[in-house]
Amino acid sequence: MARGRVRELLVEGGRWAVVVSFSVALAFPFYWMLITTFKQDADLYNTANNPFIFNLKPTLVHLQVLFRDTMYLRWAGNTALVGALVVLITLVLSLPAAYALARLTGKWGERMGIAMFLTYLVPPTLLFIPLSRVVALLGLQDTIWSLVFVYPSFTIPFSTWLLMGFFKSIPRELEDAAMVDGLTRFGAFVRLVVPISISGILTVVIFTFTLVTQEFVYALTFIAPERNQMVGVGVPTFLIRGDVYFWGELMAACLITSLPIALLYNLFLDRFIAGFTVGAIK
Amino acid sequence: MFYPAMIYVLAVIGLPFALAVVYAFSDIKVGSVGYHFVGLQNFKSILHSATFLRALYDSFIFTVGSQILVLVGSTLLALALEKKFRGRGLVRFLMLLPWVAPVSIGAIGWKWILDSLYSVINWVLVRVPIFHLDKFNPPQWLGEPALAMASVIVVHTWRLLPFSTVILLAGLSAIPKEIPEAAEIDGAGFWRKMFQINIPMLLPILNVALLFGIVFTFTDMTVVYILTRGGPYDTTQVVPSLAFFTGVLGGDLSEGAAISLFMVPILVIVAYLMLRAANRSEVT
Repeated sequence: MARGRVRELLVEGGRWAVVVSFSVALAFPFYWMLITTFKQDADLYNTANNPFIFNLKPTLVHLQVLFRDTMYLRWAGNTALVGALVVLITLVLSLPAAYALARLTGKWGERMGIAMFLTYLVPPTLLFIPLSRVVALLGLQDTIWSLVFVYPSFTIPFSTWLLMGFFKSIPRELEDAAMVDGLTRFGAFVRLVVPISISGILTVVIFTFTLVTQEFVYALTFIAPERNQMVGVGVPTFLIRGDVYFWGELMAACLITSLPIALLYNLFLDRFIAGFTVGAIK
Repeated sequence: MFYPAMIYVLAVIGLPFALAVVYAFSDIKVGSVGYHFVGLQNFKSILHSATFLRALYDSFIFTVGSQILVLVGSTLLALALEKKFRGRGLVRFLMLLPWVAPVSIGAIGWKWILDSLYSVINWVLVRVPIFHLDKFNPPQWLGEPALAMASVIVVHTWRLLPFSTVILLAGLSAIPKEIPEAAEIDGAGFWRKMFQINIPMLLPILNVALLFGIVFTFTDMTVVYILTRGGPYDTTQVVPSLAFFTGVLGGDLSEGAAISLFMVPILVIVAYLMLRAANRSEVT
């Protein structure tokens, strides 16, 4: 028995070593953002100082500069606005599409679903050059409307796929009964299916919004003026002047942007996984 | 009811894709008028360009390197996180941060960590005697070709690892508990359970994680753009970032489009393998 005991301890020890070392490595940059945010410049830019501790008193000056003297809040506002509009467009288009796919039986429904899934694989870096032309032709260049127009192209497929799984779990008899009682199919969808699926819809709202905040390539390509930027491009582009990086302000902006998204995301993680695992997990 | 969504997606994905092909066979630039078909001329000049060939090579190194690290790392981490323990929620939150934070934001955080003067990594390394590092000339993580490539690979791995791990965790939780338990009763030890039960049963889902990982890596330009801008001397330039610099910043739409089309074969292969994986899982 003693050998079994030792082995068990070794396995547990190994498990802890892996968990601790990976957590530290994965979270370290965010800890570094946190400590940099509150350090004085004189402390940051002195190679003799131990960078892990506060050698001088902590300061709020970077946060003040970020909120008062940069366009950070404006970028955050742009991002929120684009996010809200894209969520709206995505819901309006993907709710009926997902419902139709979930109820379409046979080969066609399945094929359409797979076609939607495959569009995940088309990357922005394949389309940005022609799209920049299209955006310019439509007169949307340098405005956030270009992003409102383009982002649904990747949020709709993801949302449709997620919602389809949701709708499939609703028994068909429920709608049949409602239709016998005099509702049209559309009526049954709006008054019956949508209310039951509220948690699925909420999931789609959160993921569409986070996908919008994470996008970088299209925002970088379509928009040049500083005041029309999204957070993801504005922070790493305009908090730098020439070769000078304002690390305190930069890291403060990174931290403030990441944390709320991370908190929201965590609540809905399991649903997100369902959108990626194809049929490999039942 | 399906059509509005389909039409939207087709218009914003299908149409530009067709345009990219049309551009690649032309000599269109920003501001040019008219359309001149030039056949394969763009592709010829690209294939003779040392910069492009280097970018293609770098793309493969970047993809293969980071995917190996992601696969090994996420398998280890998923197996370690499978059992419930106190603080698992907190670990999950910390672990997910790199995937959830916008890529450009995470990358700029790393740019500070790898800074040429104030790198915290160098601060630690020069104080560890066994490395014998010159205090006044520490490693330039983003300034030397090999180190810069290693850096973009590690940063990209850092970002993808959580994604792969959560997918594998979902796969692990789908393995019926009776199987490892039965093996244990039959006398299978830790390693045997690991290599003859857990890992083989994880393979289908590992496959899905890898295919997504390849697409997310081979087509990504954000990490490279933020950390090195493709430098030093184009030694970390990858295909998508080269397409960006040529087609968007350089205004050479036709050549940029032709460069980006070199990603299509990889995407087609991945799509094919994914469909095969999906079909197989429905059969079994």
